[in-house]
Amino acid sequence: METQKLIPIQLICNRYNVPVSFINTLQEFQLVEIIVENEDYYIHTKQIKEVEKMIRLHYDLEINLEGVDAIYNLLKQVKSLKQEITMLHNRLRLYEDL
Amino acid sequence: MAYIDYYSILGIPKTASESDIKKAYRKLARKYHPDLNPNDKVSEKKFKEINEANEVLSHKENRKKYDEYGEHWQNAEAYEKAKQQQGAYQQNYKGASGGYSEEDFSDFFGNMFGGRASGSGGRQVKFRGQDFNAELQLDLKDVYEAHKRTLTVNNKNIRITIPAGIENGQTIKIKGHGGAGVNGGPNGDLFIQFSVVNNTKFKRDKDNLYVTVDLDLYKAMLGGELMVDTFKGKVKLNIKPETENGTQVKLKGKGFPKYKKEDQFGDLYITYQIKIPTNLSEKEKTLIEELQKLR
Repeated sequence: METQKLIPIQLICNRYNVPVSFINTLQEFQLVEIIVENEDYYIHTKQIKEVEKMIRLHYDLEINLEGVDAIYNLLKQVKSLKQEITMLHNRLRLYEDL
Repeated sequence: MAYIDYYSILGIPKTASESDIKKAYRKLARKYHPDLNPNDKVSEKKFKEINEANEVLSHKENRKKYDEYGEHWQNAEAYEKAKQQQGAYQQNYKGASGGYSEEDFSDFFGNMFGGRASGSGGRQVKFRGQDFNAELQLDLKDVYEAHKRTLTVNNKNIRITIPAGIENGQTIKIKGHGGAGVNGGPNGDLFIQFSVVNNTKFKRDKDNLYVTVDLDLYKAMLGGELMVDTFKGKVKLNIKPETENGTQVKLKGKGFPKYKKEDQFGDLYITYQIKIPTNLSEKEKTLIEELQKLR
């Protein structure tokens, strides 16, 4: 994995002013993946957007981590269902004019 | 300039305590937060209203002014006072889904309290800017080949390449072309959802195309050649003798381009629909009757 794509957890925590334990808890809930390289802890840049979202849900809306976990998984399901609906709409068009 | 009843927006009485306001705000913010309602314009608008109401009512001084002047806020004295206090207002909500522009807030709010200042106090957080969503309508013919388009998003022209084979409902991400970051955070992204309108006789399923063509009865019985339209020009097909109605043939590689796979195409499926001759002459009828007797 390219090192440039990894961000040290400490840096994220400093920037967003959240304790490292928050990121560790997210990992316990399997909401983020922590990568260990040379005894340093990182997360991948592609996860930043999701981490930001979880910070907002937890700190701005005061949703506990169990709630964040439930919301995160439900949103994933909603996204996947929306994609399926679009795909089915596209397929339905095949038969509409027959 | 419209008077906005912030109390009714939060669903609380004018006598509500600070904790009632906070509770009502939290409840509604959880319901309408953009993170929980992605791509939902109604929720986004509602969330902005809730934020605006909360920002006024949760701030002691602002709430007092709001309670005092109410709908008569246009009173010159109050306006002057408000003007003097421009900049004093501090935003207490920090960038749920990026920076909202001043236009997102009511004129009332802007004039009374001097607009929004950048966030301060509490967590000093750098947030990515808001992701923008746009919809672009294209004809099926447009997406047969990759092409460039210039879009205007927030008064900025963006030139994008639309890859061939994009699907109806598909979304592409243009990195960094969303809203500006908050407190020096990176810009959000622009998500463009494509609405592909099919005005052609071809039906599309992913990268395969389907079309029904008419085949005259004699060619179906005796075989022959038939020119058919594909998405890119005509091709000559050999019709086998005794071809039945509804027979489907596949033209490999004559379908739609595969998304982001250069020079790869799906297939074109052609269904024959046999046309029975009408307005038969007496001679034709006699000949067909003779044919019938032979069977």
